Amino acid sequence: MDMMYKTILLSNIFLLSAFFTFAQDVSSLVQKVRTKIEQVNSYEADGTMKTNVNFLKVPQAKVKIYFKKPDKLKIKNENGISLVPKSILGTGLNNLLKGNFTALDAGSDLINNTKVRVVKLIPVDDNAEIVLSTIYIDEPHLVILKAKITTKESGTYEIEMNYGKYMDYALPDKITCTFSIKNYKLPKGVTLDYDDGSKKRSDENLKDARGKVEIIYDSYSVNKNIPDNVF
Amino acid sequence: MWELLKIELFKIFRKPRTFISFGAIAAIILIIQLGLKFDGKSYLELMMGDISDSFEIPYDMVLNGYFIAFVILNAILIHVPLLVALVAGDSIAGEANMGTLRLVMTKPVSRTKLMLVKYFASVIYTVLLLTWMAILALLASILFFGTNDVIIARNDVMEQIQKADILWRYIAAFGFAAVALSTVAALAFLLSVFAENSIGPIVATMSIVIVLTILSELKIPMYDNTVKPYLFTSHMLGWKGFFYSKTGADGTVISGSIENFPAILRSLGILLGYIFVFVTTAIWVFRKKDILS
Repeated sequence: MDMMYKTILLSNIFLLSAFFTFAQDVSSLVQKVRTKIEQVNSYEADGTMKTNVNFLKVPQAKVKIYFKKPDKLKIKNENGISLVPKSILGTGLNNLLKGNFTALDAGSDLINNTKVRVVKLIPVDDNAEIVLSTIYIDEPHLVILKAKITTKESGTYEIEMNYGKYMDYALPDKITCTFSIKNYKLPKGVTLDYDDGSKKRSDENLKDARGKVEIIYDSYSVNKNIPDNVF
Repeated sequence: MWELLKIELFKIFRKPRTFISFGAIAAIILIIQLGLKFDGKSYLELMMGDISDSFEIPYDMVLNGYFIAFVILNAILIHVPLLVALVAGDSIAGEANMGTLRLVMTKPVSRTKLMLVKYFASVIYTVLLLTWMAILALLASILFFGTNDVIIARNDVMEQIQKADILWRYIAAFGFAAVALSTVAALAFLLSVFAENSIGPIVATMSIVIVLTILSELKIPMYDNTVKPYLFTSHMLGWKGFFYSKTGADGTVISGSIENFPAILRSLGILLGYIFVFVTTAIWVFRKKDILS
């Protein structure tokens, strides 16, 4: 009997130590990614923003994107108005890896034929805006290719990133944010519409609307001094 | 013809009540501009609805001259037909009431020519009213609020038009509105032929426009394909069609495009058809009429 207890005890110790070693591996990987992201204190970027939401008809816009540590992000349309999803502004990548969290290994996956490590991040702080996030890390380059984020206020959204010449700074050439907008309803009676015979969008479609915003970055100026009044 | 037109315009603009319309439009526009200047954000929040929960909205930029001009046009173009009826409904019946119609008929001018001149005078009044509205709603708003992109609320979608793509839309919309209001002028003009005082045709025109506008906006499926397409009031809102843009495959707006231009042309054609029918009928009735007053 003693022998059996010892075997169970040893195997449990082995499993636990294996788990902690694995968890440590993932934590150190996330830490490396964080370190890479944190080398950028600020940036100013030029880009093009495309908005595709079924209840919004918005033109493609030339935008300037400003970032400053720790979490200031501003997207400005120099020639007009840009409606920017709050999910992009409120919970950028820097916020994603900010604070204390538990990192859990969730295996590996393929994104555009690139093998990625899947990591789930659970914040330690109960009051954190992000409830759970799953990040897909390109291990050799230490960059996040995709993130699925569940928040308290902004619902669930997905960010996909493509990297190019600014990969060394973990700054993407293109970022695509897909988000859900639930229970959306336009105010009735504010306007009398001209009925031109075009097909109307049904209320059912608007209830579970999904939106997509794409930003294609043309250039970055990294670590330049950006005054606070920009944000 | 030109001499006759000048005389008719003189008659219209000699009456102080003609300027009531200009004063009323100036007052409404000023009230809207002041309201939006001091509490525009509340109006925008109502207009944007739940969009503000998901999107960062730069309210100070949205509240610009082009946007305010659209709000003004949206609010008052539906009521301007009543002001147009004040003058067009008075053109024949007013003279009959004053006893000057028989006097006019003693001049060597054909009845058809006289009727056409009277209608054109009403149309010129309508265009001047619209120009006044354009100056106050568009130019004054641009002056006081500046320019930027326009965001327009429709029942099922929110449209954004870039500022470089907006001015031609306003010019086209005002052109369309001139035709729409000329239709109301033609109706009032027709009714004016049957009356001996101007109150009757003015009130009748207002009543017809109100009833048909309500019918056009009723969401009762039975009327959608049977009655509504034939009502001139359903097509009078066609000016808004110039502010609806097409979208590309990626969901973004195609600059300089119109969502359904053939529909606007169809509406324009229907309104011109109504004008033709109303004016021709008015001339036909007037030519056969015994002028006793």
